[in-house]
Amino acid sequence: MTDTREFIVCEYCDAVYRKSSLSRRQRAICARCGAVLQRHVGLSVQQRLALSVTAAILLIYANYYPVMSISLQGVSNSATLWDSVQILSQGSITFIALVAALTIIIAPILQVVLLIWVLLFALGHRRSPGFALCMRALESLRPWNMLEVCLLGALVAVIKLAGLLDVVPGIGLVALAALSVLLIYIAGRDVRDLWDRL
Amino acid sequence: MNDPPLAGALNLCLCHDCGQVCDMQGHPDRCSRCGAPLHWRKPDAIARTWAYLLAALVFYIPANLVPVMHTSMLGSGGGSTIIGGVVEFWVGGAWDIALIIFIASIGVPVIKFAVLALLLITAQRGSAWAQRQRAQLYRFIELIGYWSMLDVLVVALVAALVQMKELGTIEPRPGILFFGLVVVFTMLSAMSFDPRLIWDSTTAKGDG
Repeated sequence: MTDTREFIVCEYCDAVYRKSSLSRRQRAICARCGAVLQRHVGLSVQQRLALSVTAAILLIYANYYPVMSISLQGVSNSATLWDSVQILSQGSITFIALVAALTIIIAPILQVVLLIWVLLFALGHRRSPGFALCMRALESLRPWNMLEVCLLGALVAVIKLAGLLDVVPGIGLVALAALSVLLIYIAGRDVRDLWDRL
Repeated sequence: MNDPPLAGALNLCLCHDCGQVCDMQGHPDRCSRCGAPLHWRKPDAIARTWAYLLAALVFYIPANLVPVMHTSMLGSGGGSTIIGGVVEFWVGGAWDIALIIFIASIGVPVIKFAVLALLLITAQRGSAWAQRQRAQLYRFIELIGYWSMLDVLVVALVAALVQMKELGTIEPRPGILFFGLVVVFTMLSAMSFDPRLIWDSTTAKGDG
């Protein structure tokens, strides 16, 4: 039996190919359905770990500082991500607060924590304790991280309120912007690469 | 064009969690590398996708009819629905924001309903029509799906900000719960569908 590790299967149509090594900016496309089979992984373990630590710091800023603040006739008010989740939890619509918390707070935090955990051990060419579990969790968390949607939402909220009162974007918004881009870069599908490396 | 061999024919199966290609000799039910369950096709894909899709459709009605938030500013106030918010921006001259919200809140869900229904019906009939384009459609809705969460997050942020007692308050209303459920259910629906079913009509199945 040949080694199945040299094969790659298209997840959209089951076509089987032999793995090839890709150079920068190259990607392999399935001839049958047009899906992306493989991308070049441009990040080393060290780079990804460094960026994950950066993301952890940005997470603290994004969650601690207000995303924006408003003022009207001398009265001002500001809101953090947590405040937004909390306001949804009041009354009969609590469930949506859970969804919002998952998408803008819990999923990003878990992703960053898991990445740092897995990558710290990967530095020493080892699989961390619970490696399979962590990698599978990263895989299932990915679609629920909606920070980039939250970023666009914050911009829409600024414009929505700008006509009524004074709106000042906060440090949280800047951190959110950087974090959403960073997470797309470091927590994407190519994390799977670790399976092959370790 | 010579077609690539198929996993079913070679007795191989792709692990969806870690991407390993597993040899199905001896019928393992879990991936040897990461322990995730292995399936030729996602289990009950058609039934689950329909179920989530119909649930989303049902919630879509109150999501559009019930106000998503209630504004009271300096004495005057009222509820606003999703389409009301779009109209408000449009009338106020911010056509670009109106367009963004319209696409995210109305365009994306409607496109997802239509595309998933189309994919389901054609897959059920074993149609060989426009397979490549249908595969592209599936990847498209996978990509755009979560952007409809936009309105939920806008309402959350706006409501958290405007809490200034007598000067003005904005409160979320149940419409946003229904709308959020629509987003969650359409996402689950798209995740339950197995795009490989699009191709199964033209290939001899590996097994049942």
